[in-house]
Amino acid sequence: MKYWKGIEELESAPEFMQSAFAEFMPVKESHESSDATSAPRRDFLKLMGFGVAAATLASCETPVRKAIPYLNKPEEVDPAISNFYASTYFTGSDYNAVLVKARDGRPIKLEGNPESPITRGGLSARAQAAVLSLYDGGRLQHFAVKKNNSHEKVELPAFDREVRSKLAATTGRIAIVSPTIISPSTKKAIAEFATRYPSTTHVMYDAQSASGLLQANNGVLPAYDFSKANVIVSLGADFLGTWISPVEYAKQYVVNRKVSSTKRTMSRHFQFETAMSLTGSNADVRVPVKPSEIGAVALALYNAVGGNGGSSSYTNPQLTKAAAELSANRGSSLVVSGSNDPAVQALVAAINQTLGNLGTTVDLTAPSNVRQGDDARMAALVNEMNNGTVGAVIFYNANPVYNHPLAEKVKSGIAKVPLTISLNDRLDETGSLCQYAAPDSHWLESWNDFEPKRGYLSLSQPVITPLFATRQAQESLLHWAGNNTTYYKYLRANWRGVTPTDAAWDKAVHDGVATGTALPAAPAMLMAALSPAVAASQISGAAKPSGIELALYEKVGLSATGCEANNPFLQELPDPISKATWGNYLAVPRKMAVENKWEQGDVIKVTANGHSVELPVLIQPGQTNGTVSIALGYGRTQAGKAGDKVGENAAPLAMTANGIQYMNVVTLAKTDATSPIAQTQTHQTLMDRKPVVQENTLAKYKENPKEVTEYEKVATPDGLEAPGKVSLWQDYQYNNHHWGMAVDLNSCIGCGSCVIGCQAENNIAVVGKQQVINRREMHWMRIDRYYSSDTHKDSFDTKGKVATYAAMEDPSENPQVIFQPMMCQQCNHAPCETVCPVLATTHSSEGINQMTYNRCIGTRYCANNCPYKVRRFNWFSYYSNEKFETVNGHMFTDLGRMVLNPDVTVRARGVMEKCTFCIQRIQLGKLEAKKQKRRPKDGEIVTACAQSCPTEAIVFGDMRDPESRISKLLRREDGERAFHSLDSINVQPNVTYLTKIRNSESEFFAKENA
Amino acid sequence: MQHVSAVREPLVTGGKTLHDVTQDICYQVEAKPNIRWMAALSVALFFLGVFFYSVYRTVWYGIGEWGLNKTVNWAWDITNFVWWVGIGHAGTLISAVLLLFRQKWRSSINRAAEAMTIFAVICAAMFPVLHMGRPWLAFYVFPLQNTLGSLWANFNSPLLWDVFAISTYFTVSLVFWYIGLIPDFASIRDRAKGTIAKFSYSMLSFGWKGSAKAWSRYETVSLILAGVSTPLVLSVHTIVSMDFATSVVPGWHTTIFPPYFVAGAIFSGFAMVLTLMLITRVVFRLEDYITLEHIALMNKIMMVTGSIVGVAYITEFFIAWYSQVEFEQYAFINRATGPYWWAYASMMTCNVITPQLVWFRRVRYSIPLTFALSIVVNIGMWFERFVIIVTSLHRDYLPSSWAMFSPSIIDIGLYVGTLGLFFTLFLLFAKFFPVINMAEIKTILKYTVDNGPTYNPEKAHAAHAHQPAIHGAPASAPVTYNKHD
Repeated sequence: MKYWKGIEELESAPEFMQSAFAEFMPVKESHESSDATSAPRRDFLKLMGFGVAAATLASCETPVRKAIPYLNKPEEVDPAISNFYASTYFTGSDYNAVLVKARDGRPIKLEGNPESPITRGGLSARAQAAVLSLYDGGRLQHFAVKKNNSHEKVELPAFDREVRSKLAATTGRIAIVSPTIISPSTKKAIAEFATRYPSTTHVMYDAQSASGLLQANNGVLPAYDFSKANVIVSLGADFLGTWISPVEYAKQYVVNRKVSSTKRTMSRHFQFETAMSLTGSNADVRVPVKPSEIGAVALALYNAVGGNGGSSSYTNPQLTKAAAELSANRGSSLVVSGSNDPAVQALVAAINQTLGNLGTTVDLTAPSNVRQGDDARMAALVNEMNNGTVGAVIFYNANPVYNHPLAEKVKSGIAKVPLTISLNDRLDETGSLCQYAAPDSHWLESWNDFEPKRGYLSLSQPVITPLFATRQAQESLLHWAGNNTTYYKYLRANWRGVTPTDAAWDKAVHDGVATGTALPAAPAMLMAALSPAVAASQISGAAKPSGIELALYEKVGLSATGCEANNPFLQELPDPISKATWGNYLAVPRKMAVENKWEQGDVIKVTANGHSVELPVLIQPGQTNGTVSIALGYGRTQAGKAGDKVGENAAPLAMTANGIQYMNVVTLAKTDATSPIAQTQTHQTLMDRKPVVQENTLAKYKENPKEVTEYEKVATPDGLEAPGKVSLWQDYQYNNHHWGMAVDLNSCIGCGSCVIGCQAENNIAVVGKQQVINRREMHWMRIDRYYSSDTHKDSFDTKGKVATYAAMEDPSENPQVIFQPMMCQQCNHAPCETVCPVLATTHSSEGINQMTYNRCIGTRYCANNCPYKVRRFNWFSYYSNEKFETVNGHMFTDLGRMVLNPDVTVRARGVMEKCTFCIQRIQLGKLEAKKQKRRPKDGEIVTACAQSCPTEAIVFGDMRDPESRISKLLRREDGERAFHSLDSINVQPNVTYLTKIRNSESEFFAKENA
Repeated sequence: MQHVSAVREPLVTGGKTLHDVTQDICYQVEAKPNIRWMAALSVALFFLGVFFYSVYRTVWYGIGEWGLNKTVNWAWDITNFVWWVGIGHAGTLISAVLLLFRQKWRSSINRAAEAMTIFAVICAAMFPVLHMGRPWLAFYVFPLQNTLGSLWANFNSPLLWDVFAISTYFTVSLVFWYIGLIPDFASIRDRAKGTIAKFSYSMLSFGWKGSAKAWSRYETVSLILAGVSTPLVLSVHTIVSMDFATSVVPGWHTTIFPPYFVAGAIFSGFAMVLTLMLITRVVFRLEDYITLEHIALMNKIMMVTGSIVGVAYITEFFIAWYSQVEFEQYAFINRATGPYWWAYASMMTCNVITPQLVWFRRVRYSIPLTFALSIVVNIGMWFERFVIIVTSLHRDYLPSSWAMFSPSIIDIGLYVGTLGLFFTLFLLFAKFFPVINMAEIKTILKYTVDNGPTYNPEKAHAAHAHQPAIHGAPASAPVTYNKHD
C-alpha cells in the first residue's frame, strides 16, 4: 500500500525528487535566482527590516511647519527673491531716503536710496537699525483705554466713538504735541483736525532742539553746503554725527576732504567743543572749550572776521588762525554752532553774513525743515497744562515725560488735563500716563510724505501690512476729525499739485523722492531774532558760571528722544569715540579724574536743578578741563525689554531758561559703587605702530604724494624687497574674479553705519552689556579708533623702551583721532586657513577666505592666529540661551525672526564666524549676471558696509576687472596712499587702506618719522 | 643579570631579599585600604565631581562659561593641556630613554612614573576636546572616510599633528606600561586569596606563566617599545610646541620652541614624579626602593632641564632684540613689564631661580626641600604656559583688540577638576596595581656579591621598622645579611 503525497511523487519527476526528502528547503544561491521553490529567507529579513524601520519612522512625529501659499501670488513677489521699495526714514532726528529690501513680503534690510539728492545713498546707523524696530515686541499691539491704572484692549469703533465724543465735549484748548513733522500731508491732516476742533494748537518740540538756530534765522533752518566750504569752523556742532542732518552733511563734507594726486587740496576744519564728538575727532584743529565759553568764542570770532561786538573774554591762537583763514576764504567758508542759545546763533548768522557765505555755503531760500520745535511754545504749553487751561492733549510720537527737561511738570500737567490721548507706538513714559492709546503704525507699514528741505519731497510706502492692530496716526486724527478717507487717498490727493499724472505719481513712489514743495510754513517763532549787537551784549553780559560744567550731548547711535532705546542693534553700537555700548556714563577729563582719584567705572552722583543721576566715570581724552559730559537718550523705564534701565536719563539736568540749554553747572560726589562700562576697545592709543595704520600731512602730500606712506621692506639677498616677494607659500590663481576692498581713511569719519549695516545683513547676534564687558561682541565689522599720544618712539633713547612703551599707552590730553574700519582682510596667505584642523576655513577661487560653519568644530586657533582679530566665536547659543532673550530677543520669537536675512545662516553655538565680503550678495550678483549671459558689472555687487557708507569711504569690487572702480583706484594710489595693514607679515590682504591725510600737523607718530 | 660595579652604592637599600620585595609591594595591594588612602581618595573624588560639573556647564551652555574673549581665545584650557602633556613626559623618559641608557635606578620609579604619564595624558586629552566649540563633532579631526565632499582633515594644521602625536604617545605609553605590569599581576594572582581578586588578576595577567620564553619575549618587547617610545619623548612636545611656533602671533612664532618645550616638559615631568614619589614612598613605606639617591638623581635632571628652559627664556629675549621686529620686541617687553608681569615673575622665579638651589648637596638630598621644590616647579611650569599663551595673545598686532583675560569659576573648576581626575586614577592605581615593578627591581637587588641576600623571616619584618633616612648623606645598606652564606 502506498499513498502518494501528490501527483508529483507519483510521477517522480527528477526536479521533485531532488528536494523531496531533504530536511530543509534549498538555500537560494543568489539574488538573481528566480527559483520559486527556494525559501525567501533573505527576502523575509529584508521585509522585516523594512517593516521595523518603517514602523519606527512612522511612529516618529514630524514637526508640523505651517506654510500658507498665496492664493493669488502677487505679481512682483517671488519666493526667495528680494524686492526693493523706496521709502523714507525720519523719526524726528535725522532724515534718510531708504530702499527697503523685502523678502517674501517682509522688510529685512534698509539701504540708502541713491536717488535722493539729500542723502544720496548714504544711511545713518540709526536708519540702518530701524528695520529691527518694526519687529519690536515692545510696541503696543492694539488700541487701549486706561482703566484702573492699566491699559485694556478696546475695539476700534468703540474707541473712536469714545474719543470723538470726548473731543467734542472738550472745553479748553486741545494741544497736539509732537516732535518736528516734515510731512506735508500729516500737517494737513492736523490742520483738518484743527478745523474740526478749532481750539486745537499743534506744538512741536525737539529733544535735540535747534530752537535757538531757528530763532536767529527768523524761523528757518538754514541749509548748509559743506562741500563748498574751504574753511569750516564748528562751535560745538556735531554735524557729522548728530546735528540736524548728519548723513547729508557727511556726504558734503567729504567731497572736500577726499584727496588724490590730481586734487591735492582739502578743506580745513576747526572745531571748538566741550566733549569729544565725532565731528571733533575728524577736525584738523580741535580746541576744547567749556560750554559757557561758546558764546565768547562766537563773539571773538565775530570780532576777528570784521564784526564789531565789543570785546570778548576768549582768546586762543587757534581762534585767531581760524578767523584769518575764514577771512581769506570769504564766500567759501562756513561757521556753524550746535548751541541752542539764540544769541550765539545770532552771532554765527552774522559771521556767515559778514563772510559772504549766504547763498554759497548757507542757503536761506531752500531751508531745511528737520527742526521746527519751538522751546518757548512747549514751555508755555507745559505751564498751561499745569494751569488747567488745556482740555485735551494728544501726544503724537512725543515722549516729553521722558525726554523733556521739564518732565516733572509735564507729568503733573498730564494729570490735570481732562483728556489725554497717546498716538505713540508703545505705552512709553508718556503714553502710559494717557487715558487713550491709539498706537501709530510703524513707518514701514505706512504711507507718508516728507519734505526735509524746501523743494525736496520724498515718500514712504507700506512694505508690510501692519503687524499689529494699529492705525496710522494721521488716519486716527482724520477719523476723529470726521474724515473717513484712508490716509493713502488723502496723501495722493494732497500730491496732485506735485504729481498731477498717475505716471508721475508712480515714478515718485518708485524713486521715493520727487521735487516740489508742499509743506506749509511752520508757525513763526515766539521770540524774534536778536541783532548781532544785542546778542553780543547778552553774551558779554552773561554771568560766568563757577564750578564744574556739564555738557549734554547726543550719541551717534541713540537719539536724545530715546525712541531707539529698545533697539538692541543701536544699544550695542559702540560710540565712535569712547567705544562704549549699553548705557551712558560721565565723561571726565583725565585731569579731573586724577585730582579726585576717580578710576574708570567709579559711580559719581551728578546733581543739577535739584535732580541727580548716578553714573560711572569714563576718562575721556579731549574732554575740556573743568567740564563733564553725559549722553541723552538713556535711562528709559518703559521702552521695552532691551531698552529699559540702560544708563540714566540726563534730560532733567538741562537748563530750561531761554529755551533748552544742553549744559548746566553741576556738583559731583563720589559714591561707593562701581559700575563697569562695556567698551569694545579698551586700549586707546596706536603705540606708534605705523604698519597698522598710516597718516600724513597735507603739506607733505602736496609736496610729493609718493612719500606719504611708509612701505615696509624685508631684507633679502637681493637687497630690500616688498614683503610679498619672499614667500613660503604658493600663490593662488584667480582666473575669474578677485574680490577686493579699498578703504579711504581720509573719507572715513567713523560714524559706524557700516557696523549696523553689516549686523543687519549678516544676522549678527546682539550679546548684551555683560558679554561686551567680557570682550565678546560679535560685530564682524568694527571701527578701530586710536588717540594720539604725547610720547613717541623717539624717546626710546632718552627714557628707555619700557618707560616709553608705558607712557605711549596714555592718550594726549586733547588727542588727534584716527579711525580704521576693520573687517576680515581676506588674506591671500591667510594664517587662519592653515591652522584649522578640519578645513572649515578655506580660500575660494575668487580670493575670499570662506567659512564652512557646518564643518567648524570651534578650536578657535584661527581666531588666535588672525593678526587683525576679526574672527568672532559663538560662545553661547545666542538664539536660544535664555540669558540673551532680553538683548537678542529678535532671534527668539517668530515675530523677531522675520527680520533675519534668509540668505545667511544663523550660526550655531561653538562655531567661528567672520566677515565674508557679503558672499551672499556676490553670489546673487553673479547669478543675476549669469542668467543674462554676461559678466557682473562693476558696482552691481556691493557689500552691506560699502552700500551704507555715507562718505563712500569703502570701495568694493573685482580686482581682476581692470576697469572696475577698485582697480582704477588701486592703480592710481599704488605707491602713494595705498597700503596693507601689517604688510610685513606677508599675509597679503585683499583689503587695501588709503593713508589718512591731515590738513594740520600730525601728532600720531614721532616727528622724525612723519 | 649583569654585573654591577662593586663601588656603586646599592640601588635598593635595606638588604631586601627577593621575597621581601614581593612582600613589600604586594602588601599594599592585598591589605585593606588604610584610612589615609580613603581620605585622599575622598578628596580626589570631590574634585572629580567638580570636574564633571564644570564639564557639564561647558558642554551644555558653551565655551562662554569660560573667561575667554575675542582676543584671548585660548587660556587656561591650552595652558592646562600643555602642562599635563608636559608632566606626562617624565614617564616615557624614565621608562624608555633611561632603559636604553641602562640607568638601572629607574626600575624603582618607572612603574609609577609611567602610570603618572598615562593619567597625565588622559587629563591633558580632556582639554583639546573640551575646548572645542562643538566637541560632539571632534571626530572631524580624524582623517576618516567621509561623505562631506572635499572637506577632510587639514594636514597643514598643527592641531591635526597634535591629534596624531598625542594619540600615538598615549597608545604606546599604555602598551609599554601594561606589558611591564603583566609579570607583576601574575605574582599578585598567584598570591591572591579572594575569588574576585584571583579572577581579576588572572584576567589582567593574561595567563602569564613565567616561562623562560615568556621572559625572553618580555625583555624583547620592552626593548622594542623603549625604542619606539624614545622618539616620542622628543616628538610629542615638539609637536605641541608647533601649535604655537607655526602661528604668526608675536611671542609664539619662535623657532626655539621645540627644544625649549621638550626640556620644559621633562623638567615639569620630573617635578611631578618627585611630588608623587615623595608621597608614595612614605605612604607605602617604600623608602628602601625609592632612596635618597633616586631623589638626588631626579633633582639633578630637574636642574639641568630647568637650566635649559632658563637659557631658552633668555634666548627669546635676545632674539626679540636682535631681530629688531617691533611686534616681537613689544611682546617680550609686555611679558616682563605689562599687566601680566606677575605671571612672568612667578615663572622666572619658579623655573629658573629655584631649581638652581639643587647645586647645594644639602638641598638635593633633603626630602622636604625637594618636595617644596617640586611643587614650586609645577607651579612655575603652569605659569610658563600661561605666560606664553595669554600674554602673547592679549596684546598682539592691533592695539584696538588688546584685552585682558580673567578666568571664570568654570575655568578654575576644570583645572582643579583634572587634578581630581588625576589623583583619583593615581590613588586607584596605587592601591590596586603594584606601584613598583617587582620583576625588574628583583634584577637589581644584587650588587657586589655573588649571591644576593636570602630570605630571613625574622629580619624581614624588622626591616619595615628600620628607617634608613639619614639627611645629607646617601643611604647605605644596613648589613642584614651574611655576605658569604
